[in-house]
Amino acid sequence: MLRDITLGQYYQTDSVIHRLDPRVKLMTTIVFIISLFMVKNFIGYIVAALFLIGIIKLSHVPFQFIIKGMKSILLLLIITVGFNLFLTPGEAIVSVWKLTITREGVKIAASMAVRLSFLIIGSSIMTLTTTPNNLTDGMERLLNPLKRIKVPVHEVSMMMSIALRFIPILLEETDKIMKAQIARGADFESGNLIKKAKSLVPLLVPLFISAFRRANDLAMAMEARCYRGGENRTKMKPLKYYKRDFIAYGFTGFYLVFVIAIGRVFFIL
Amino acid sequence: MAIIVNHVSYIYEEGTSMAVHALKDINLQIPDGQFIGLIGHTGSGKSTLVQHLNGLIKPTHGELYYNGEDYYSQGFDMKRLRSKVGLVFQYPEHQLFETDVFSDVCFGPKNLGLSKSEIELCAYAALKQVGLEDEYFYQSPFDLSGGQKRRVAIAGVLAMKPDVLILDEPTAGLDPKGRDEILDQIARLRQETGITVILVSHSMEDVAKYVDRIIVMNKGGILFDDTPKQVFRSYRKLEEVGLAAPQVTYIMHEINNKVFPVDTDVTTLEEAKSEILNALRK
Amino acid sequence: MGIIKAGKLAFEYIRRDDEGNVEGITRAIDDVDLDIQQGDFIAILGHNGSGKSTLAKHMNAILYPTEGTVWVDGKDTKEEKYLWDIRQNAGMVFQNPDNQIIGQVVEEDVGFGPENMGIPTKEIWERVEESLKAVGMYEFRKHSPNKLSGGQKQRVSIAGVIAMHPKCIILDEPTAMLDPNGRKEVIRAARALNQVEGVTVVLITHYMEEAIYANQIIVMDKGRIEMQGTPKEVFSRVEELKRLRLDVPQVTLLAYELKKAGLPLPDGIITAQELVDALKKQK
Repeated sequence: MLRDITLGQYYQTDSVIHRLDPRVKLMTTIVFIISLFMVKNFIGYIVAALFLIGIIKLSHVPFQFIIKGMKSILLLLIITVGFNLFLTPGEAIVSVWKLTITREGVKIAASMAVRLSFLIIGSSIMTLTTTPNNLTDGMERLLNPLKRIKVPVHEVSMMMSIALRFIPILLEETDKIMKAQIARGADFESGNLIKKAKSLVPLLVPLFISAFRRANDLAMAMEARCYRGGENRTKMKPLKYYKRDFIAYGFTGFYLVFVIAIGRVFFIL
Repeated sequence: MAIIVNHVSYIYEEGTSMAVHALKDINLQIPDGQFIGLIGHTGSGKSTLVQHLNGLIKPTHGELYYNGEDYYSQGFDMKRLRSKVGLVFQYPEHQLFETDVFSDVCFGPKNLGLSKSEIELCAYAALKQVGLEDEYFYQSPFDLSGGQKRRVAIAGVLAMKPDVLILDEPTAGLDPKGRDEILDQIARLRQETGITVILVSHSMEDVAKYVDRIIVMNKGGILFDDTPKQVFRSYRKLEEVGLAAPQVTYIMHEINNKVFPVDTDVTTLEEAKSEILNALRK
Repeated sequence: MGIIKAGKLAFEYIRRDDEGNVEGITRAIDDVDLDIQQGDFIAILGHNGSGKSTLAKHMNAILYPTEGTVWVDGKDTKEEKYLWDIRQNAGMVFQNPDNQIIGQVVEEDVGFGPENMGIPTKEIWERVEESLKAVGMYEFRKHSPNKLSGGQKQRVSIAGVIAMHPKCIILDEPTAMLDPNGRKEVIRAARALNQVEGVTVVLITHYMEEAIYANQIIVMDKGRIEMQGTPKEVFSRVEELKRLRLDVPQVTLLAYELKKAGLPLPDGIITAQELVDALKKQK
């Protein structure tokens, strides 16, 4: 149930994409997201789709696995599509009761659905192929210039990597607590909103207490292992660009230019 | 015949490449009033099995019956079943949430829709059954010692007046005295009320002393289902699956092989002692 | 002076109620003297709340004495300047395996300590490899810790400590949350470290069977050291141990019961072999 969320999970295998520098993957993801919002026509989406499929193929992550992660955002997707479908003014095609579907609505809803799914798939490819530590390392390095204006870059990235490590543990724990309370006759499903919110108390109290306990334990364990912030720390896996990383940057740049060009060319046509 | 497990299998992620057979064709009968030890190492399927008994997991194949009624037939009252087949999970920290012990124990009966006075009577009786003194009733459950927390958690399930009580590793993390105290309390409870008890454990020593039937699980299947004596006779087989007979069984085998003949079927310290003394007197 | 030494150690903490008012003072450790030698294998026994974990936390400068002094490798733990030396020299493994693994991949977690110490990259890799091999977890180096069993996670935690090249390793109830197989794995790893690498091991536990491997057992109660001696010496005092909410191994208990019934057996039998030998003499 809750464990199905693949967003933010690492899929262990060996591939070119896995070996790329996290900075490359971060930048490419950002470029990809930007490109999605620059695409204005059907062909542009095809190019984006091809780019995405190519990367998925290279990453050796089973497509099934990525799709499973999509389930968790299905609701968000439906809501977005629904809003756009029914609330966009324009030329009406179908009208049922008070709801009207317009031609413009269909267009926007469709492109929204595609953009959103591509965005999610694109970013999950990044998290699936990069260990969270690696990812936060990359982020730390990319954001390093911000240190000069007193942004605690190291601390933030450490916090993120710890949060990522504990998400699966806390999800599993939520499941256990839920079962323990259901065994005592708790009901998390029926009733109105207020009753439902109230029924969460027996779930949230043990969960929070446990989370605080874990935080406490972890802080102690980190201190016991000589953790003292980012000062004088060395890296087991320091980030270093290899040839493949520059090639990847090249591809990404080429892709961006291509998408922009397509937008222009077909716009003119 | 209280619970019947009929050809139950459970497969995680059935139909995908990641399918895992957690339970394989389990058949069991759990009559009223038995004291059962359910043994197996982590991942043997014992936790999955007890969650089936409590209706928390639906089998992928097979049926479960409580007093002749199919768990998943039309109109079966699952909430009532959960009150009748009580399940206490391993860590009390997973269920304690109220500000004081008494209200926490009231949670179960409250969910059954009883009247306020009935709820409080049930909770009081349950706390007495687990041997918790009145002075703790209005303390926060989080301030209690490990053994006391465990008692409150058990009381929280007992308050629903179950016919079957399933305890998942009730002694984990307790010190030796705490372990004995909890197990003695459970044995006493069973004697007084005649309740069916299923004790899930990976400690043979704990189980051997109390139960009259042992079910050993391995890789999702049932390896043994017999009296402790019979099960421990196959101690070599137990070792193969990463379990072991109680230490006394080994000691008796050693003595039998190297010193003088003794009955190697003994499973408790008391039996071992009188057996050795008898052998020496001969 | 030994690797860990405590002199007149006492630790007090203040209990407060919900409003933050002082309710009272608890003396968790009371007048403890200790001298642990390099290469020792020490087991500390005691029931829950006997002060054994509090004592352990003093050996790693997580807690500081209220009274008295603790020296690790000759350095006073209260001196700020020695803090990181002490934490590197006295590594610590805690009870809950999930709450002490920081890395998302086994090898990254083992590298965490050396990274904090500022070890050069190349040497970190060497240390990670040798540490994982020492606990038999090298083949799992690329795995996610979430997929490991409890015993394996604890072995990773031990490797994470060894990678800091400590002189001493303190295991604070490392087996309390594990099943029998996991317990065996962890104890085997700890013993190997002690015997092969000569690392001093301080094992805190309430499983009596784990303590028989120690060359010295310390029994704590109410923050004080109640007994101290070899496993043989300590386990021959069955009644006292029971009074301290502890236990003895089943063989010891059986020998003790037989002795009570009139058999002239020696004290402190801790293995089945010893019982067999003693019984042979009875024939």
